[in-house]
Amino acid sequence: MSASDDRPAVPAESPSVDPPGQGAATRTTHEPENRWSTAFREIVGGSWGVSVGAVLLAILAGSILIVATDENVRAAAAYFFARPGDMLSAIGSAAGDAYAALFRGSVWNYRADSFADGIRPLMVSLNYATPLIGSGLGLAVGFRAGLFNIGGQGQMILAAIGAGWIGFSLELPWPLHMLLAIVVGMITGALWAAIAGVLKAVTGAHEVITTIMLNHIAFYLLFFLLATPGLLQAPGSANPKTPPMQSSAVMPKIFGSGYHLHLGFVLALLAVAATWWLMERSKLGFTFRAVGENPRAARVAGIDVGRTTVWVMVVSGALVALAGVTQVLGTSTTGFSTDVDAGMGFDAITVALLGRSNPVGVLGAAILFGAFRAGGATMQAAEGIPIEIVTVIQSLIVLFIAAPPLVRAIFRLPKPGSAPRRKAGDPAKEVAA
Amino acid sequence: MKLELRGITKRFGSLVANDQIDLVVNPKEIHCLLGENGAGKSTLMNVLYGLYAADEGEVLLDDEVVHFDGPGDAMEAGIGMVHQHFMLVPVFTVAENVMLGHEPTRAGGRLDLEQARAKVREIADRFGFHVDPDAVVEDLPVGVQQRVEIIKALSRDAQVLVFDEPTAVLTPQETDELMAIMRQLRDDGAAIIFITHKLREVREVADRITVIRRGKVVGEAEPTSTDAELASLMVGRSVELVVAKGEPQFSDALLEVENLEIVDRDGLVLVDDVSFEVRGGEILVVAGVQGNGQTELAESLLGLVEPSSGSIRLDGVELVGRSVDGFLREGIGFVPEDRSVDGLVGTFTVAENLMLDRLDGPPFVKGASLQIGARDEFARRAVEEFDIRTQSIHAPAGRLSGGNQQKVVLARELSRELRLLVASQPTRGVDVGSIEFIHERIVATRDAGVPVIVVATELDEALALADRILVMYRGRIVGIVPADTPRDVLGLMMAGIAPEEGSKVA
Repeated sequence: MSASDDRPAVPAESPSVDPPGQGAATRTTHEPENRWSTAFREIVGGSWGVSVGAVLLAILAGSILIVATDENVRAAAAYFFARPGDMLSAIGSAAGDAYAALFRGSVWNYRADSFADGIRPLMVSLNYATPLIGSGLGLAVGFRAGLFNIGGQGQMILAAIGAGWIGFSLELPWPLHMLLAIVVGMITGALWAAIAGVLKAVTGAHEVITTIMLNHIAFYLLFFLLATPGLLQAPGSANPKTPPMQSSAVMPKIFGSGYHLHLGFVLALLAVAATWWLMERSKLGFTFRAVGENPRAARVAGIDVGRTTVWVMVVSGALVALAGVTQVLGTSTTGFSTDVDAGMGFDAITVALLGRSNPVGVLGAAILFGAFRAGGATMQAAEGIPIEIVTVIQSLIVLFIAAPPLVRAIFRLPKPGSAPRRKAGDPAKEVAA
Repeated sequence: MKLELRGITKRFGSLVANDQIDLVVNPKEIHCLLGENGAGKSTLMNVLYGLYAADEGEVLLDDEVVHFDGPGDAMEAGIGMVHQHFMLVPVFTVAENVMLGHEPTRAGGRLDLEQARAKVREIADRFGFHVDPDAVVEDLPVGVQQRVEIIKALSRDAQVLVFDEPTAVLTPQETDELMAIMRQLRDDGAAIIFITHKLREVREVADRITVIRRGKVVGEAEPTSTDAELASLMVGRSVELVVAKGEPQFSDALLEVENLEIVDRDGLVLVDDVSFEVRGGEILVVAGVQGNGQTELAESLLGLVEPSSGSIRLDGVELVGRSVDGFLREGIGFVPEDRSVDGLVGTFTVAENLMLDRLDGPPFVKGASLQIGARDEFARRAVEEFDIRTQSIHAPAGRLSGGNQQKVVLARELSRELRLLVASQPTRGVDVGSIEFIHERIVATRDAGVPVIVVATELDEALALADRILVMYRGRIVGIVPADTPRDVLGLMMAGIAPEEGSKVA
C-alpha cells in the first residue's frame, strides 16, 4: 500500500489496489486510478480561489519584472542608501504607469475625447477574446471528460480550410453563404478531432500524442493546398495565401465599421451558453463527465466509453473550430495563410485551465487574455515595456495553477490538509512520550 | 526481534477497520495473517508501518513500546515491508533502487554506488537470489522485482518483514520460490508476517495463523488445519445473521446460464463450464473463497466480461454478445463488488449518482436533456426511503460512508423495473447497521418475483440470504446445495471438496 494513498473513504483496503482475486482480464481492461490522473483532475478542475490567486501572483511577478527593467528605477537604485525615497517613487511610477497603460489599452481609454473612442480598447479586447472563447470551451469540454485535446492548431486549420473554401469559392446570398461556411468549418474541424477520438477508442492511442501529430498533418496539408494552384491558392498569385472571402460570407461588424468586433463574438457567447447546457443539463454531457471522472463506473452504468470518447472529441473539435471559423470569416477576411491558427490552440489550454473548465470561467479567462493582448500593445507603445511581459504573465498563471498538483504527483507528496495522518490527542503518541 | 501489537483499533468515521487487534510475532516464525479483502489486514499493517495512526493500542518491539511517525521510523526500527505493488523506480538499476532513501555517500556527497552494489551482491549471495545489481528494474520479471524489494528491506537490516499479499502478482513457480525464500529468511532469524487469503500458501509456510474478519481477530489456527477449517474460519461463523424472510414463492427458471467459460488475456480459465439456473423469487448465493471466479461470473451477467463460450439467457432471450447497455435494458440490476470504483462517480452528487445508469429515457432524460426536477425529486424520495445519511442530495457521493454509498447504489438499482438482480458482496465494508437493511431490501426484491444472485464470501451472509447456494472453486461449480446445508459441508466445498466425495481431497 502506498504512502501517497490518502483517501480513507474506503477504509480497509486501498481503493487503488485491485482485489487480487480478480482476473487479469478485468484488471487490464480498466485504467487504474493513479496519481497522474489525480493531478490532471486537480489541475483542470480546481477551485476559483486558485485561479484568482494565480492571476494576482502572476501580475505581481510581472510588476517586479517591469520595475526591475525600468531605467528610472535602476538609476535611483544607484543612490538608494542616500535617498531611498527616490527609488521607491520610481518603482511606484514605473509599475503604475505600466498598468495604467495596460488598462487604457484594454478597457477604457480615459484620455480619449469621446465615449466612442474611449470604449474602443474594450472592443479590441473582446475581439482578441473571441477565438479564445471558442477554443477554450473546446479544451474545457475535453478536460471535463478527462481528455487533453492539444490538437487545437490542427482543428482550427481544418476549420479554416472548410469555412474558407466555402467562403471564397461559392456564390450565395449573404446570410446563407455565411451560415453555410460556419457550419462546414465546424464540421471539418470536428471530424479532424474525431480522428484522435476514434484512435483512442479503438486502439487506446493517447490523445495527446495523436492530436499533436494531427497538428503537423493539418499544417502541411494546408501548406500543400496553399502552394498548389487550383486548390486554396489565390488565382494569379504565387504566394501561399487564399483569396479574400466573398462579402456574402463575411461576419458583419456588430457596432458598425468603427469597431472591429464582429458577429463571431455573439457566436462565441452563444457557444458559452450551449456548452453550459451541454455539460450541465444534457444527457450527452452527463456521460462526458461520468467518463471523465470515473470511466469504470461509467462502463458499469452502461455508458459506451469508446463511443463517448469519440463524441467528446467531436464536440471539443467543433468548439475549437468555431475559433478557426471566426478568424477567417470575421477577423481577417482578406484570405489566410498557414499561420491562421496564431497559436490559439495552445493559448486555449491556458484559458481552459484558468477558467477551471467551466464555460463561464472560460469566458472570463478569454476576455482577460484578450485584454492582456490589447493592453500589452498599448503598454509597449506608451511605456516602452516589451509586449512579451504579457506572455510572461500568462505563462506564470499556468505555472501557478498547474505546478502544485504536478509537484505533488512527481514527488508523491500527500495533498496538504487531506487525510491527516494523525489526529490531535493521539493516545499512541502520548504513550510514546 | 519480537513484534507485538496490542489492542490496535483504527476507525474511519463510523466504520471500525481494526477492532482491538492483538498480534504477537516471534523471531524465527512465519506468522500468517489470513482474511478476506476488506477484513482489515492492510489497515493493520499500515498502522504498524506508521502510515496510519492507531486510535487505540500500541506497538511493541522486543517488549518496548515504540511509536512511528511514518515508514522512515518503522524502517529505522527494523521493520521492512514488501508491498503488493512494488515501490521501485522502474528506470533505476537494482543497486540504485536498493540504496534509494538512504544513499551511501563518499566525501563531497557523491553517491557511493559501489557500496550499494556490494550490498546487493552480499545479500543476494547469502540467500541465493540471482539478481544483477546493475540490471534495470523494469527489464526484470515480476518475481525478481519482488526479490529486489526483499533485498531493499534486508539492506536496512530489517528483522521484521511484512509481505503484503506477495503472491497476488506471481506465477505458481514464482510463488513456490518465494515460499522457499521466506523459509530461508525465517531460519536466518527474521520475524515474518505474511498477509494472504490463499489457503494453500498458508498451510505450506505458516508457523502460526491468525484469522481476521471484519476488523477483528476471529481465531488462531494451526498450519496442520485443513483448508476447510481455515475457509470456515475466514468466512466466519461467529456472528449469527438472521434475515426475516418468508417461504419463497418460486416461479419458472428465468435466468439460465449454460456452459459458461471465461478466459483472461493470458489464457487462464477463470470460469470453467459453469451452468445453473435461477427461478423467479429465488435467491441463489454464489459462495466461495474470493478469487475463484465469482467476480468474473457476476461481471459476465452484466456484459462487463465477454465469455469465451456458453450462453446467458434471461426469460429465454440470449444476452451474450450484447453491450452493457443491452444488458441493462433487459432490466438487470447490478451491485458491483467495489462500489467506490465501479458503482459510483465519487465527485458526482448523490442525485447524479442515483440516475447514473438510467439515461435511456424518462423520467430522467427527455430527448437530449436531463430532467433536473425529476432527478432531484427522485433523489429526495430515495434518500428518505433508503435512509441514506447525507447532508444534501447535492453532496458528492464520495463523501458518504461506505454503508451509505452502498445504499445509493442499491437505491438506484432497486428502484426500477428489475428482471434480475446481481449483487456482489452487497455488505462488504458496510457498517453493521446498514447490513440488515440491505438484506431486507434484497429479500423484498426476491419476494417481488425477481431472480436474485448474491455473490458472498462470508458464510453468514450466504446462509442468511440463500434459497440455494452455489459453491465455486477454481472457476468450477463444486455443487449447488440447499440453504440448510451444514456449515462444515460448505466449508469443505469451498476448499474444493464436493459433498458426495467428502473423504477425497481435491
